[in-house]
This record gives sequence, C-alpha cells and structure tokens, in this order.
Amino acid sequence: MLPLPLRAAILSLALLVILLGAWELATQVPAGAASPGARLPGPSKVAVHAWQELRDPFYDAGPNDKGIGIQLAYSLARVLGGYMLAALVAVPSGFVIGMSALWRKALDPYIQVLRPISPLAWMPLALFVIRDSAASSIFVIFICSIWPMLINTAFGVAGVRRDYINVARTHELSRVETALRVILPAAAPTIFTGMRIAIGISWLVIVAAEMLVGGTGIGYYVWNEWNNLNLSSVIFSILMIGLVGMLLDQALARAARLVQYVD
Amino acid sequence: MAEAFLKVQDLARRYPGGKRGDAVFTVFEQVNFSIRKGEFVCMIGHSGCGKTTILNVLAGLDRASDGVCIMDGREIAGPSLDRGVIFQNHSLLPWHSALKNVTFAVAARHRDWNRRQVLEHSQKYLERVGLRGSEARRPAQLSGGMRQRVGIARAFAIEPKLLLMDEPFGALDALTRGNIQEELIRIWSKTHQTVFMITHDVDEAILLADRILLMTNGPEARIAESVVVDLPRPRDRTQIIHLPAYYAIRNHLIEFLVRRSKDFLRHPPAGFDPRNPPTVQPGLETAVFTAPGPSSPRAHRSAP
Ligand SMILES: Nc1ncnc2c1ncn2[C@@H]1O[C@H](COP(=O)(O)OP(=O)(O)OP(=O)(O)O)[C@@H](O)[C@H]1O
Ligand SMILES: [Mg+2]
Repeated sequence: MLPLPLRAAILSLALLVILLGAWELATQVPAGAASPGARLPGPSKVAVHAWQELRDPFYDAGPNDKGIGIQLAYSLARVLGGYMLAALVAVPSGFVIGMSALWRKALDPYIQVLRPISPLAWMPLALFVIRDSAASSIFVIFICSIWPMLINTAFGVAGVRRDYINVARTHELSRVETALRVILPAAAPTIFTGMRIAIGISWLVIVAAEMLVGGTGIGYYVWNEWNNLNLSSVIFSILMIGLVGMLLDQALARAARLVQYVD
Repeated sequence: MAEAFLKVQDLARRYPGGKRGDAVFTVFEQVNFSIRKGEFVCMIGHSGCGKTTILNVLAGLDRASDGVCIMDGREIAGPSLDRGVIFQNHSLLPWHSALKNVTFAVAARHRDWNRRQVLEHSQKYLERVGLRGSEARRPAQLSGGMRQRVGIARAFAIEPKLLLMDEPFGALDALTRGNIQEELIRIWSKTHQTVFMITHDVDEAILLADRILLMTNGPEARIAESVVVDLPRPRDRTQIIHLPAYYAIRNHLIEFLVRRSKDFLRHPPAGFDPRNPPTVQPGLETAVFTAPGPSSPRAHRSAP
C-alpha cells in the first residue's frame, strides 16, 4: 500500500484530469452545429490565455490594459495597507479590552453593532469623506479586518492563564513588561488566528470593493474583462485570485507557527 | 530563640456570605507562626483548609482578610523578588526553553547584569538540578519531573530571602519525587535558604523540614501544632527511616491527620491557644509542650 500523502496526491491528480476533461467536453462546439453560439471557453483556451498573460504579467499599456501582475500588485498593496493599519489599531485596543473588564463592557455594544455591517456598506461614506477611491478601498479593508483581530486579541489576552501573570508579578515585572513579555507571547497564537481570519476576509472583500470603485486592481480587472466579454481572461483571473488568497493564508499560517506553543 | 525572620500574625481569610445574608465563610483565622532565618518549615493539612491561600498571601499574590505578615521587619504588601515561588503546577512559560525560563527570572532579579552574567548564573543553577543538556527544550518537551526541576532552578537562581513552595512534587510519581527531593536537599544545603513549603506527603515533610506546621480541617482552620523534626542533617531517605525518632514523628503526624485534625477544635487540648500553638517534639519525654491526644476526656470547650 502506498503512503497516504502519495495516494491523496494521485487522487487529486485524477480528479483534476476528470474535471478538466468534463469541462473541455462540455465546452466543445458540437460537430455540425449551425452556429457556435456563446460558449464558455474550455480549459485549453484558458491555458493558452494564461500562458500569454503569465509571459509578461507586468506590461502596462494604458489605463485599461495592464498585466495581471500589476493588477494583483495593486490589490495586494491595498489589502496589506488596510490590514496593517487595522493590526496597528486592533492589537493594542484588543489588549486594553482584554485586560480591562471596564473597557470590555463599555466597548461591547459598539463592537456588537459595528461588526455585522458588511464592509462594502461603508463604501459610499468612505468615498464621500476620503474623496479618493483607492484610499476608500483601503479603508474598507481596514474596517473588515479590524474585527477578527480585535476580538481574537481581546479573547486571547483575557484568557491568559493566571499562573503566567503570577510569574510576572512574583518577578516584579512592570505593567509594560508584563504585557510585552508574558501576555503578548501567551496570547500570540490566538492573536494570529484573528490575523489569519482577517487576511482571508480582506482578500474576499478587495475584489468586490475594486469592482465597485474601478480604476485598478484585480477586482476591477475581472469586471473589465467581463465587459470585454473576454471569458478566458475572467476564468484565468478567478484562478489567480484563488492562488494569491491561498498564498496569503499560507504566509499567515507559517507566521502563526512561529509563535505557537504547547501548553 | 533566634529572632523570627518571618512573622505571621492573626492571619484570617473570610469570604462574604451569599446574597441571602448567609454567614461569612471563614477559611482560616487566628493563624500565627514564625520562621527563623535558614529554617525549612513545612505545612500539612487536609485539602481546603487554606494552605495555598496562606502561601499566596506570603507571596504577596493574595490578600488576607485580617492579620499581617512581616518579613525581615517589613510588612508583606505585594509580590517581590525577595520571595521566590514554586507553584503547584510548575507554571513555566511554555513558549520559552528551559534555559530562557531561568534567564527570564535572573534578568528580572539582576537588572544591571549583562547577558553573559545572566546566562552563566542561570546555567549554573540548571546544572545543579541536573538539567545540563536539556537547556534548549521547551517545557512541553520535558518530563513532569524535569519541568519541576526547571521550576526549582528558576526559584533558587534568584536567590530569594524566602522560598515558597506549594506542593511542588504533588503531581510526580514516587520515584521521581524521591530523586527531586534529594536534589532539593543538595541545593538547599548549599544555599540554606529559608523555606516555607506545603505538602501532602508526610515522609517528604520529615525528610525536608526542621519544623512541620499542622493545620486543622477547614473551615475555620487553625494551626494546631508545630512539630519539631530533630533529625540529623544531611538526611538521606534510606537512612533516616532507621532512626527511632523518625517513626515517632511519622506516627504523630499520621495520627493527627487521620484522627485528630477533624475534631481538634471541638475538643482542643487543655490550654490550647490558637494564637500560640504548642510546639511538639514526638518521641522526646522532654517535649516543650506536649498536647494530649483526642481521647482526652478533659476540655470540652468548643471552638470559638
Ligand atoms: N471565592 C470563594 N468563595 C468561598 N470560598 C472560597 C473561595 N475561594 C476559595 N474558597 C475556599 O478557600 C478554601 C481554601 O482554599 P486553598 O486553595 O487555600 O486550600 P488548600 O489548603 O490549598 O487545599 P489543597 O490542599 O486542596 O490545595 C477552600 O476551602 C475553598 O473552598
Ligand atoms: Mg492548595
């Protein structure tokens, strides 16, 4: 019997072949059909298109014709910008909320009301106040990634074992030292869980946000290609969105492993 | 008698009653004892009588409802590096290696030391507990006994004036416990730290202590007796069991825990004053103050 990972890989490959085959067959123009009609491109067409795109991902031929790499880079920059800002706000505030029952109780109603709001609902307000579409999408990313980080940080900090705090106290650590050297490492795995959730949500939201405001970015690109009725390009972009999302998640998972500990 | 290094006076811990005006719940009260410099004192008592609470008050982590603790002429009002604590559940920081757990403490103690000084000092103490070669491992990668050893190294490395231990070996199997007790004796005989230790293990108390404080059962627990362990040092587990005094002490402790601790306060020995519990030296005719057993027909004063 082959080892499990190898069997899984073989099965994955088989599924891929079957799916691509079915897709290719379903999109074939039937022999002898009078008119080809509107059909989805098959995988072979998409592959050819992907090859062209990937050969020169960073070309720039005017506002409506940029390479996929440039579009992805715009989206990534916005996601990372909004995400970093959110982390800068959420982690310290999460600390305060986690450490102080007073703040936790005082802020709870705000969090409960603000958290379920779809981040895109903020877009009109953001556009009006900020008056810049790129900055508005960064703001939307900020808003959508702040909640998971804030809540997880507060949860992690509030849940730090009493024993660790007592160790800090018996060693006469100051409040700041206790926060940085005991509470932060103790809560880090939970904080990273929040950050991982946040990066996933951000990547989901940026596509929608860019479709809304236009200009640049992978979301805009998908919509633009749809308007051009270039479906090969749309399918290719969808795959690229998935790929980048996976890489982002992997990066966070890897970072989380660095702070993981076994209790 | 030498001047007391640690003095506990009229310590009490009460919890307010519930909303329906229940009576106040008193865990212990009128707890008085003192410890001389360099003395190793153990406390034994049934579960729930408030031993951990007393230790936490001494550590400065908890506050008593009443009474004061004075160490070295100053009242204990909060945690301090002058008092090292070994907790019941090792409480090492799991994200640090064994070595970093010790350097963490040493660096906190000696803020003016450079990294090399901190490292050398920490390694010295890790070596003393036999952990050379395991410095880089995290607590999760160590056995229960090794973890407790790191805890001991961490506490001894800061060279506190008073060392507090809450059932440090309670979770270990008998063999491991025996080995670590020996290590504790070795490291203690080098430093002659003043120690206050809670234990459930009568043999452990006799092996380690100069004096054993016996607590009555809670609630409203008191210190019943202070038992002197006058066995020669250095002690060896395999040798002290041949001393007649060993069995006198052991029987006395077990009889107290099994038969007397429960009803001690209902039928206290004549002249018993919880504020000044009698000092007992089992097996010696010339006991400083011999308290009669529970079968004593006299003295039917009920506990206050
Ligand atoms: N919030 C509380 N309200 C009422 N009673 C409490 C509260 N917290 C602790 N107690 C009581 O305080 C007592 C002392 O607890 P403590 O942990 O000091 O006991 P202990 O002697 O260390 O027991 P063990 O040997 O099991 O560790 C217990 O009987 C417990 O019921
Ligand atoms: Mg206890």
